[in-house]
Amino acid sequence: MSIENTHLQIQEGLSEDYNNVRLFPEVKNMTIIGGTNKSGDIEPYSICCQSGDIICLVGPTGSGKSRMLGDIESLAQGDTPSGRKILINGEIPSSSLRTSAIGLIAQLSQQMNFVVDLTVREFIALHAESRLIPDPENIIDLILKTANNLSGEQFSPDVSLTQLSGGQSRALMIADTALLCPSPVVLIDEIENAGVNRKNALELLVKEGKITFVATHDPVLALMGSRRLFFKNGGIAGIIIPDEEERLAMRYIQKVDDQWTSWRDQIRNGGVLHLDDSKKKIYNRLIL
Amino acid sequence: MKLVTVAGPPSSGKTSVILHTIRELKKAGISVGVIKFDCISSGDEDTYQAAGVPIHIGLAGNLCPDHYFVSNIEECVSWGLKENLDLLITESAGLCNRCSPHIRGILGICVIDTLSGINTPKKIGPMLRLSDMIVITKGDIVSQAEREVFAFRVGRANPSAKVIKINGLTGQGVLPLADEMKNTPDTITVNDCSLRFAMPAALCSYCLGEIRIGRDYQMGNVKRMEF
Repeated sequence: MSIENTHLQIQEGLSEDYNNVRLFPEVKNMTIIGGTNKSGDIEPYSICCQSGDIICLVGPTGSGKSRMLGDIESLAQGDTPSGRKILINGEIPSSSLRTSAIGLIAQLSQQMNFVVDLTVREFIALHAESRLIPDPENIIDLILKTANNLSGEQFSPDVSLTQLSGGQSRALMIADTALLCPSPVVLIDEIENAGVNRKNALELLVKEGKITFVATHDPVLALMGSRRLFFKNGGIAGIIIPDEEERLAMRYIQKVDDQWTSWRDQIRNGGVLHLDDSKKKIYNRLIL
Repeated sequence: MKLVTVAGPPSSGKTSVILHTIRELKKAGISVGVIKFDCISSGDEDTYQAAGVPIHIGLAGNLCPDHYFVSNIEECVSWGLKENLDLLITESAGLCNRCSPHIRGILGICVIDTLSGINTPKKIGPMLRLSDMIVITKGDIVSQAEREVFAFRVGRANPSAKVIKINGLTGQGVLPLADEMKNTPDTITVNDCSLRFAMPAALCSYCLGEIRIGRDYQMGNVKRMEF
């Protein structure tokens, strides 16, 4: 089954019989109205994100990226330390939306863990059950295949979640969030240290029609956004829209990154690095 | 004065949630006091005092905490009125998951945390099933899937309650709870009000301090397991 078909099935399942878990409305756009930074200075930005946008959040650690994700997650209305306000489709989210925001926003962050003691198969089946998917076998296969592709270390559906390696567990979490969470807004906080193919991971998570926020220190991920918010001292210090030159730079960085990945894989698999003569010259020049 | 009952398993984050909510309510000029029901000891007096919140602690000792609650709630309301509070919050731990201090016509909140396990919503009884609003805490450290499964099961256990997520460390998400408390009607007395669910029952020799094991020592309301 393709990813698209699975989603269709999920959507059908949702509209059919989702009596207890409240549905979210269609999110055409989301507006973030600036608050203040850590020093109390006004944050002079108002950002409107359309469905399909990828917004990257960059800045030194402690600069306020995660705080921004927190504001979005809680649909802040001036009640968080930043004082920011979030509008959905141009309006203040109704109180019923704020008290039923269970499925509106999906989140994936470095500090999340699996805490249940179940096998991978049982776990995905359980998640599928809460999404009211009648026959979870297909989605279990798809998530497993996707997770195995991301991590590069194969695992079976009958292994316990607690036995997964760090990379496997992260890969499963990414695949599961991407394929089983139909939320229209996705928040991603630093997935780059996960030992998974992060570019593939991001491509999997970023789907058409969703609004995706990515907090990252990784240039490859940061340049994938349609906009880049630069953070400093707890507030937005600037908004950058990648231009032609940066797009060109991104293709170059991508090449460098591919090279880096191949070196890493060689070393991880017990290999020894060999440089051909033409490259040796370049490296010698770089070192000197 | 408004009255709100907050209940939840131990260490689920009740005190943190209440403190963050009070901070929000204070901004609106609402004076809030807390009655903390606990069993053996409570270190929360200092926590509330440090936050400048009028606090009164009630320790149930070797009494059933629920029975202790219901026998004292009227006096709690009187205390709140005497202190000139706009809002009185009672905080109690549902130690056996059977406790439910919620009163008909009085806003009842249940606090549970995602770390307690995905089967918890099923295991917690009337405290969760008969509350008006359910606060889910510690959602930031478990996977998105577990958050969803947890929230789904909470919704199944109590389809009519409003469900919100609050981060007890940062206070993220408290505004809907503060609004709910602000909008709850005033209560002058709870005399003649009813509990939403009967309390756990017992009246046996062990209630009165018996510690020996054996049929000879058992009297009163004793229930036997079937094998």
